[in-house]
Order: sequence, then C-alpha cells, then structure tokens
Amino acid sequence: MMAGRRDRAKSLVTGPEPGPETSTDASGPRRSSLLEVSDLRIQFSTDDGVVKAVDGVSFTVDRGRTLGIVGESGSGKSVTSLGIMGLHSGGNARISGKIWLDGEELVDASPTRVRQLRGSKMAMIFQDPLSALHPYYTVGYQIAEAYLIHNKVGKKAARAHAIEMLERVGIPNPQARVDDYPHQFSGGMRQRTMIAMALSCDPELLIADEPTTALDVTVQAQILDLISELQEEFHSAVIIITHDLGVVAELADDIMVMYAGKMAEYGTSEDIFNRPGHPYAWGLLGSMPRLDQARTDRLIPIPGTPPSLINVPSGCPFHPRCSYAATTNGRCVSEVPLPRSVGLDHEVACHLSIDEQRQNWADLVAQAAPAASHGEDT
Amino acid sequence: MQVTQPDPARVSSTALMSVSGLTKHFPVTRGVIFQRRVGLVRSVDDVSFDVARGETLGIVGESGCGKTTTARMLVRLIEPTAGQIMFDGRDITHLRAGAMRPLRREVQMIFQDPYSSLNPRHTVGAIVGAPFRLQKVKTEKGTKQSVQELLELVGLSPEHYNRYPHEFSGGQRQRIGIARTLALRPKLIVADEPVSALDVSIQAQVINLLADLQAELGLTYVIIAHDLSVIRHVCDEVAVMYLGNLVERARRADLYERPRHPYTVALLSAVPRPEPLQRTQDGRRDRRERIRLTGDVPSPLNPPSACRFHTRCWKAQEVCRTVPPPLAELAPGHYVACHFPENTPAPS
Repeated sequence: MMAGRRDRAKSLVTGPEPGPETSTDASGPRRSSLLEVSDLRIQFSTDDGVVKAVDGVSFTVDRGRTLGIVGESGSGKSVTSLGIMGLHSGGNARISGKIWLDGEELVDASPTRVRQLRGSKMAMIFQDPLSALHPYYTVGYQIAEAYLIHNKVGKKAARAHAIEMLERVGIPNPQARVDDYPHQFSGGMRQRTMIAMALSCDPELLIADEPTTALDVTVQAQILDLISELQEEFHSAVIIITHDLGVVAELADDIMVMYAGKMAEYGTSEDIFNRPGHPYAWGLLGSMPRLDQARTDRLIPIPGTPPSLINVPSGCPFHPRCSYAATTNGRCVSEVPLPRSVGLDHEVACHLSIDEQRQNWADLVAQAAPAASHGEDT
Repeated sequence: MQVTQPDPARVSSTALMSVSGLTKHFPVTRGVIFQRRVGLVRSVDDVSFDVARGETLGIVGESGCGKTTTARMLVRLIEPTAGQIMFDGRDITHLRAGAMRPLRREVQMIFQDPYSSLNPRHTVGAIVGAPFRLQKVKTEKGTKQSVQELLELVGLSPEHYNRYPHEFSGGQRQRIGIARTLALRPKLIVADEPVSALDVSIQAQVINLLADLQAELGLTYVIIAHDLSVIRHVCDEVAVMYLGNLVERARRADLYERPRHPYTVALLSAVPRPEPLQRTQDGRRDRRERIRLTGDVPSPLNPPSACRFHTRCWKAQEVCRTVPPPLAELAPGHYVACHFPENTPAPS
C-alpha cells in the first residue's frame, strides 16, 4: 500500500522522475532522506477502547527542507511528533511501523540509544514555553544541560555555549540574561529560549510543535523568521506542526494534511494551496478568513465535528462530513481510500477521480471569489 | 492625557452604545493588612468609541492591550475608573447592581472559553434557561419550549435539553453559550474572543452563525479578538488598541486598505499569509517583505511616556516621547492617534 509513498520518497532524492524500481526492500532505509517514517501506527488503550491516534502515516523529510503537518485538534499531528522523538515510551502507547533517522531505525531501538539521539541529533520545540521550561532552574542551566550531556565539555564551556545560543536566537544582553529564571522572560523570549535549547547540539532534525500558537501576532512573526533563518544556517530538516495554514505557508516546502490519524493529502506547499485534491483540504481553505483575498460575505465551514479516535467512521474517516461522499456509490463508507498519486510528489487519499478533484476545486474557487488570486487548475 | 470629547454630530441616534474617556486602572498592592499601593496597572486609558445599531464593532490588539478589560466594562462586570458609558441614551457607567438588572436583558456577553463558561453540573436546559429564571421572565410557551427553540436557533437539537456540557464538543459548547446570551433577546452582545478556542473548520461555523443571528434578530455586536482576519470578516468598524490606548478606529475597508497608525500597519504585515512559499534560485526562502517590530509589548504597569508605541515604532521621534498624540479624525470616520501617520499626505 505504500508504493506511491516510496516512489515519492525516491523522487525527492533522485530528481524529477519517480523511481521505476517498485520492488524496494520494505525493511531498508532510504538513501539520503534524513527522516523517513513508514506506516507509523500509534495506539493507546484506554478504558473506553483503543484510541488509534496515528493510523498508518508515512512521509520523508530531507535536510534543509521543511515539512508542515496540518490538522485540527485530535488529528494525530502531535502524537506523530512525540512518536518520532521516542517520547511515548513508558506510557501505554503501542507503536508499530518504522522510523529511520539518517539510516537508523528508531521504533525498535533501545531507549538508551533513543535518548542519546534525542537532544543531539533530533530536538523539539514545544508549544507552551512556560510549561516546557522548568521554573526552578535558570534558562542558562537549562540550555547548557543538554550540551553537557551530549558533549564532553566542562561546565564553563557549557555556560559559554548557552550564552552564545541565547545571542544567536536574539536575546539582548545574553551575558546577564543567562542567569535569569523563565518567569523573568516574556513569552517571545521564552520561546526563543526553547529554540536555543533545541538547537544547542546542532540537531539535524528539528520538530516544532505549534511553536507560535501561544504568542501574539507580532512576536509570532519574529519567531517564524528566526526558525527560518536558523534552518538556513544549520541546514537542518524541520517538521512544523500547526493548525494554522498561514504559519505553515510561511515555513513549509511540503505539507501533509492529517485527519483522524490518517494522511489525507501530501504535496508541496504549492499543491496544497493551489491545487488541493482532498475535500478536507478544500474545507480547511474555505473555512479560513483570509487577509490576502477579497472579503467574502460567508465562509464555507466544514459541517459536523471531528470524529472520536475510538470510533473512527468506517471507510474514509472524513465521509460523514464530506459533501462529495454521496457521489462514489458508497465506496467512501465501505472502503478506506489509500494515498494515490495525483501529480508529481502529490498524493491524495480520496476515492474521487483526479478529474473530479480538479473539477470540484475549480468550481469551489469560482464560487468563492471570482477575482481570487488562486491559480487555475491546468 | 488629553480627553477626546465626543463630537455631538457623531453621537447620533444610530449609536446604541457610546463610550467616552473610558479608563480602568488596577492598583497593585503590597501587604496583607495595611495594603500599600505600590503601582498602577493602566489597563485601559481614555478609550472612546460608538457602536452603531445593527452593526459590529471589532476591538483588536495583542495580549495585554486592554481589550478584555474594555469588554468587561461595557457589560459592567468591572467598574470603570473614569469615563462614561451610554447605552441606548442612558448613562449606565455607575448604575448599581439593582438598577443594572433590567439592563442585563439588553446587554449580554459571550465568553472565550466554552469549557469554563458552562457549569458542568447543570444540564443544557438549566444553563440556557437560567436567564429566564434569574430575570423572572415568563414566556408564552413555558421555559422548556423556549429553551428548545433557542437550541434550534443556534443549530443544536432540542433533544440536547437534558444533556450535560461534557457531552458536547468545543464548537457545540460555544453554541450553547450563544443560545444562553440570546435567551432574553438582547440588543447588544459583547463577545470576548468567541472563536479563538475553536478549530478552524468549527470557527467558520460559529462565525456564520453569529452573522445569521445578527441578520435575523437585528443584533448589535462588540467583538473582541486578536485575529485580524476574523475581525475583518465579521466587523463593520474596527478599533485597534495598544497598551490600553485606542490607536486607530475606522470603517473596515478603510482600516484594512489604508491603515494609518504604524502599529496597525505592522500588525497587518505580521499576519502570516496562506500563500505557498517560494524559493529563489539558490534555494533560499523568498519571503514577503514585512515590517518587523522588535521586542515585546511593554508592561502596562509602567507604560512608555506619551505615545506608548514609541519604543517599538520605526518612525518615532522626540515629539512621540513627550507629547501624547490625540485621536484625530484624519479622514471622514477614520481616527488615528499618531504624530506621523502612514498613508496620509504630510500636513502642510
């Protein structure tokens, strides 16, 4: 079922044409993608039943590229990122599938090995800096901590490194602020501290989970610029997880849209914004008021609410909210749609044919705003 | 501070609510028994605006700019330090609780967090019916019937009457909150961040619902939000606040097409646009030029002198530090408090 996904992975690596060899060994890592996730499933058993938080998700991220994972609350985007970081161990999560980081498999790796990698080769920026920073330790201590653990250096060198990192993320007067406690920092500075912590060991993979959701819009712009600059400087792979399509557009090269633990659509940023193929992606774009387009009188919301992950609807999980589900003779209700390639590096998990997808999107664009700046489908 | 006098021509009969010089200072005290006042948080300072009948006023700003305090003063949940609030021709600034009670029917509030604003121990019927009970209103068909009609009005099912809030999703809870505010057919609804706690797809449902209700019931809204794109979608008139001051107020189209206060310009420029990222030849990000504000919003405990935006403003000059800019009408209906406004021909 992952054939299309692997082709895409290959095409990212080898160039424009999809790799012809479809019989790649399912257990081997890809050549130069830094991160490859294949058929990742994460389930939690609860008193009410098994929560399928992530249900068969596959993607790759290359060095220097940014993948945006977009979805509403409960779509499994944060669970995916925690799964990559190996932060579900010790809980009641059941994880299956493969995660390769630079050729090294992580799902079956020992917790000790994952701990060695975490913080050095992969790092994470959390959503709420106030709860992710320890109130009892100075910011300098917290930044130096990971550096001390992963490198053979003394405390003095680690402290100097912490000051350097604070300077790099734009904290004024770092020599003095290094001894401050998190409560003495403002929201934006705390988030900068989180970024300094995450980058202190030059990670090759950086995961940012809603990095700007807790921030004001002017500070959010500063942080987005900072992440973007630092990525260019460190040439790391970045995964940015957000519910805000505007934020993802600022940073991401590729976008994965998740719904109910499954991938709904995957493509370049341009594909997702200009030629989305999944009705859920249409819904997300239509329900968002936009400053860059003429104001419309009504938004087009997605009816209904996201499903419970214990009782995921049969077939396509989106079918109860999808206005096109009636046009497929019940396939949407009975059959889970597999990701299908609809263009170069562009996959959609939907039963509608490619022509239907294009036609429907063109209709929606024409209907929403005749003078909209969207590109027409070709 | 200079107090802007309400222009008599402007305060016409179309204004349902008219606010002038509204101010709220919270004292900061130390000590338990002998409370010494050690400081003053200037949450809201000299804010004036009108809310026209049947229209929507949006108040937008970053955290700590005083927008929520303003909203709470409008519904008299917080006692203003100074200023005047006129509602439907009556001065309600210092009405006592008893005198305020009949007015509560006409001014209602929608809260931000649909999880903490509904009592988890009460059924939906009890929550939505509470206004009838508290105001001792007898409805023609009985309370239960009226509540069920309200539930239908906001897009819920009448069978939800006996359920509890925890059985509903965030969007549905917000609908319950809206049904409660509508119970007594208010004239004015003050909504504090009504959609910010909701997912994007649900946000659109609630925004459309608010628009439908306004058209159907002739409501007037004051909507507080930090999201500029939501404000643009729902409001007819927009007021921008910064650190307790109202810095700009204009009709929607004027404000978004010709923002004049540098802060508004920066705020609009900072909103991420959902346009796909472009790469230049050498693989670097081709980013939209935006005005970068440095630093954070200063503390309202010790706000900067004169124009409070001068510490972050790229146009700031000596006069901005010494003379507070008055809220001046630079174009018909477009009020700006700035010495060097943008998009304006230089004064002769």
